[in-house]
Amino acid sequence: MGLLSRKATCSTHGQDSSYFLGWQEYEKNPYNEVNNPTGIIQMGLAENQLCLDLLEPWLMKNPDALGLKRDGISIFKELALFQDYNGFPAFKRALVDFMGEIRGNKVSFDPNHVVLTAGATSANETLMFCLADQGDAFLLPTPYYPGFDRDLRWRTGVEIVPIHCTSSNGFKVTLPAIEQAYRQAQKRKLRVKGVLITNPSNPLGTTMARDELDLLINFIEDKQIHLISDEIYSGTVFTSPSFVSVMEVLKDRNLDQTQVWERVHIVYSLSKDLGLPGFRVGAIYSNDPVVVSAATKMSSFGLVSSQTQYLLSAMLLDKKFTKEYMSENHKRLQKQQKDLVSGLEKAGIRCLDSNAGLFCWVDMRHLLKSNTFEAEMELWQKFVYHVKINISPGSSCHCIEPGWFRVCFANMSESTLKLAIQRLKSFVSSIGMNSQGHQELKSLRRKARNNWVFRLSLQSFYDREQDTTTKVSFSYRPHFMSLSNIAATLDAAA
Amino acid sequence: MRLIVPLQGVVQGRGGLIFGSLIPCALFYFLQLYLKRHRSPKPQSNPPSPTTSSPKLAEMTRTSSRSNLFSRSIGQVRISSRAISIAKPNESPYYIGLDKASEDPYDRLSNPDGVIQLGLSENRLCFDLIEKWMSENLGHSITGRDSGELNINGIATYQPFDGTMELKLAMAGFMSHIMGGAVTFEPSQMVLTAGATPAIETLCFCLADQGNAFLVPTPYYPGFDRDVKFRTGVELIPVHCRSTDNFALSITALDQAFNQTRKHGTKIRGILLSNPANPVGNLLSREMLYAILDFAREKNIHVISDEIFAGSMYGNEEFVSMAEVLDSEGFDKNRVHIVYGLSKDLSLPGFRVGVIYSFNENVLAAARKLTRFSSVSAPTQRLLVSMLSDARFIEEYVKTNKRRLQNMHALFVAGLKGLNIRCADSSAGLYCWADMSKLISSYSEKGELELWDKLLNVGKINVTPGSACHCIEPGWFRCCFTTLAEEDIPVVLERIRKAVENTTDLLNSS
Repeated sequence: MGLLSRKATCSTHGQDSSYFLGWQEYEKNPYNEVNNPTGIIQMGLAENQLCLDLLEPWLMKNPDALGLKRDGISIFKELALFQDYNGFPAFKRALVDFMGEIRGNKVSFDPNHVVLTAGATSANETLMFCLADQGDAFLLPTPYYPGFDRDLRWRTGVEIVPIHCTSSNGFKVTLPAIEQAYRQAQKRKLRVKGVLITNPSNPLGTTMARDELDLLINFIEDKQIHLISDEIYSGTVFTSPSFVSVMEVLKDRNLDQTQVWERVHIVYSLSKDLGLPGFRVGAIYSNDPVVVSAATKMSSFGLVSSQTQYLLSAMLLDKKFTKEYMSENHKRLQKQQKDLVSGLEKAGIRCLDSNAGLFCWVDMRHLLKSNTFEAEMELWQKFVYHVKINISPGSSCHCIEPGWFRVCFANMSESTLKLAIQRLKSFVSSIGMNSQGHQELKSLRRKARNNWVFRLSLQSFYDREQDTTTKVSFSYRPHFMSLSNIAATLDAAA
Repeated sequence: MRLIVPLQGVVQGRGGLIFGSLIPCALFYFLQLYLKRHRSPKPQSNPPSPTTSSPKLAEMTRTSSRSNLFSRSIGQVRISSRAISIAKPNESPYYIGLDKASEDPYDRLSNPDGVIQLGLSENRLCFDLIEKWMSENLGHSITGRDSGELNINGIATYQPFDGTMELKLAMAGFMSHIMGGAVTFEPSQMVLTAGATPAIETLCFCLADQGNAFLVPTPYYPGFDRDVKFRTGVELIPVHCRSTDNFALSITALDQAFNQTRKHGTKIRGILLSNPANPVGNLLSREMLYAILDFAREKNIHVISDEIFAGSMYGNEEFVSMAEVLDSEGFDKNRVHIVYGLSKDLSLPGFRVGVIYSFNENVLAAARKLTRFSSVSAPTQRLLVSMLSDARFIEEYVKTNKRRLQNMHALFVAGLKGLNIRCADSSAGLYCWADMSKLISSYSEKGELELWDKLLNVGKINVTPGSACHCIEPGWFRCCFTTLAEEDIPVVLERIRKAVENTTDLLNSS
C-alpha cells in the first residue's frame, strides 16, 4: 500500500530547490547571538522583523482587539461562528483603505472586489485555478520568487514560461523578451493565459517603472490575456522612486471600465508590510466579478481566522498607528539596506540598486570560478557550510546569469547584520589571497565572459534581423556596446 | 480523439488493405486533428446538480443578477473552465436555504418572523462556558504574557505551516479525551489545516489523481461535493444506504458500487466515511469498522474517516474511532487517514482549525507541504493551545455539552413525533434525520423539494432536504437543533404544522 497520487509524489512542489535546502541547513544549525554564535545566519528568508517592537505597545493599548471585544462587550460568539467566505466586512474595508494609502491614495479599492485567503501563497494559487486550466501557461519575468514554482504550478497543472531579463538593463522587462517568451510558449504548445509580475520585485528589490507597466498593459491588451500583479512588497518601498501600482497606470490611461480593467488582478498580503506572516492574511483584488465569485468560493479552502480578521481590522482602522508604523518601517528598512550595501561594497561586492523589498540582489559573478551555474552552486555551498550564511542563489530564482544571489537583511538585528558582513568580508579576502591564480582566473573569465557576451549579442542580432524595422536594428548597436561596457567595468571592479 | 476501429478495406485486390483501411483511418485522424485545433474552446459542462428538477422559488433576486454576468462573459473564455462552473450561483437547496436564512435570521426578540436556521450544523448550546473561559483567560493566552510582558514575536513570524508542536500536543490530548480516552494520538502524525474543509481537499490531492473516484455512503454532507470535486478533479461515487436498516452501510453495497465503477473504467482510490455520520447521526460499529478495513485491504484502497462529530455524542452507544480499531488489531495502518476539526465539538468554525491524522509517512510528508496553502493563523494557534491545555475546563465542557445535547435532542425528536414525523435512530451529531415522506405530495425528489420550498418560504424554517445529501429515498430532511434554545422548539413545531396544514396525514395524526 502507500499508493499516493501523482501530484503527491512528483517534485513540482519545488521543495528540492536550493532555496529550500538552504533553509533546512539553517534549521539544523541556526545562529543565535547567545546560544549558538557560530551557527548559520539566515539571510534567505524574506521576513520583516524590524518593527515588531511597535506592535506590542499598540496591542497593550488596545486590549479590546485581542480580547475579542467591541466597546468593552464581548463579541466572541459572533466571531467564533463567523465562517462566511465573503470575509469580515470591517476587515475588508480597513484592508482596502490600507492598500489605498500605500499607493498614496492615487487609487481607491472597492471592498467588494476583495477575496480574503490564508496568505498570498493561497491567493496566487487560487487565482491560477480561476484564470487557467491544466496545460495553460503564465509568463513570468526572471528572476522570480522560487515559491512560484510550487504556488502556481503544483496543484493547478499550469506551466510557467520565463521572460528572461538580464543585468544589461538592470533586469528590466523588455518587449523583445516578452515576445520571445510568448513564442516559446507557443512552440511548447502551451496556451498563454497571462503574465504575472511581482512589483516591487522579488528578488530584485526594485519597483517597476511606469514604462515597464505600460509595456505590459499594451502586451496583455494586444494578446487579450490577464495580468497579475503581486504587490506583496508594496509597503516596503523605502526610498525613491515611489511605488506605482498597475491600477494607477490603468487609471491614468483612462482604461478603467474597459475590458483590460477586468483582466488585471492584484495579489496582496500583510506578511511583508506589517511583518505578520504567521497570521496568514492574503487577498486577491479583481475587477472581474466572475473571478471574484469563483475565488470567493474557493477561498473556503483557506479562510482567514475570524479572530485574526477582527484583530487586524482594529489595527488597520487606527490610521494614526499605521502611518507611524509604515514611516518607521521604511526608515529602518532603508538604514538596514544601506548598512548591507556599504558593507558589501567594502568587500568589493556590488548590489543592484534597490528601493524596496526586504533583500538585495547581489552581484557575485566575479567570485565564481567559471561563468556557470555549477560554479554558482559551489560558491553557494561554500557560503552555507563555510561562511555560515544562508543566501539564495540566482539559479533557484531562475536567473539566466550565474553569480547573482539574493541576500535578505530585514529579519535580523544590526549586530547580526554586522557579523554577517564581517564573515563575508573575510571570505572574500581569503579568496583574494591566492592572487596569482586569481589573476589568471580573471583573465580566463574575462575571455569567457566576452565570448559569452559576444555570442549572446550575436544571437540577438540574428533574431532582430528577422524584424523589418530599421529602427530596431539601429537600437541594437548601443545595446551591444553597453554589454561590453559593463563587462569592462566589472573587470575594473573585480 | 476517439479510438476508431479501422475500417476493413473495401477495395479488393492489391493494396486493398492499405487503400481500404489505412488511408481512411489517416484521413479520419487528420480530420479530427484539424477540428480539434480549430475548434473554439467551449466551457466544460456543469457539475451534476443534486436536483434534477429545480424548485420554483418565490425570490431569486440575488442569483438572477449573477446569471446576467454569465451571458456576458461565457462568450469570451479567458478565465478557466473550472472558475466558470464554480462561479455559477449555487443551485443546491443546501446553499440556497443557508443564504435565505442568513438574509433574514430569526431572533426571538428582534425578528420573530425571521427564518429559523435548522440547516447549519452549528453548536450554540455551550457558548456561555467558552465565553466564561475567554473572559478569564483571553488576555494572556494569546500574547504569552505571563509576567506582564507581551511577546508578539512568537506569533508574528513564520510558523511551521503544518501547525506548532504545542498545538499538535494540545490537540492530540483533546481528541483523545473526547473519544473517551480509548485512543492516544501521536502529535508527529498530525497535520493542522485551516478547517476540516481543506483537510479533506488536501487528502484528496494526496491520494487520488484527476479522474479517480472515492466511494461515499449516502446520504452524505453536501459540502463533500465541493471539498472533493471542486479543484481536484476527483469524483464521488455514492453507495446507497436505506432506511430499512437505518441507513447503515453494508459491505455488499460497497462491493457492488466498487465493481460497477470499475466496469466503467474509473479507478476507485478510497472510501470517504463520516463517523459519526452526517446527516443521519448514526455510528459505525466496531464490527463494521473491521469489515471496512478488510474490504479496503482486499481492494487495495484508502479509507478516510471524517470524525469531526466525535465529540458531539448524545446517545448511549459507544463511539469507536478508526484509530482505536487500528491500535488493537493488526490492520495495515498505511491506508487509514482521519480528519477532525474544532468547528463542531468546540463550536469554533470561524477560527479555522482542522486536523489530518495519518499513519502513512508519505501522505504526511505530502500533506505537510500542502498546508502552505491553508495554515492555521498564529494567534488562533496560541489561543487554542491555552484553551485545550486547560484540562479542567475541557472536562467540564465535554460533560456539559453532552448533557445539553441529549436534552435538546430528546425534546426536539419528541416534538417531531408529536407531529407524526419520526426520526432515524441516531447517537451523535448536531441534527436529526427526519422522515417527512408522508407529508410530500408525490413520493419523488420533486415532491420533496416542493415541501422544502413550502417549509422555507411559508413556514420560514430552513432544513436540508435529503436530495441535497444525495439520499436515494425522498422525503428525508436534516434538522439541526443546536442553534435553538428550548423556547424555540414549540415555535419550530408550530411553523412546520402551519406549513403543511393542507396535508391530510398530519391533520389525521393530531
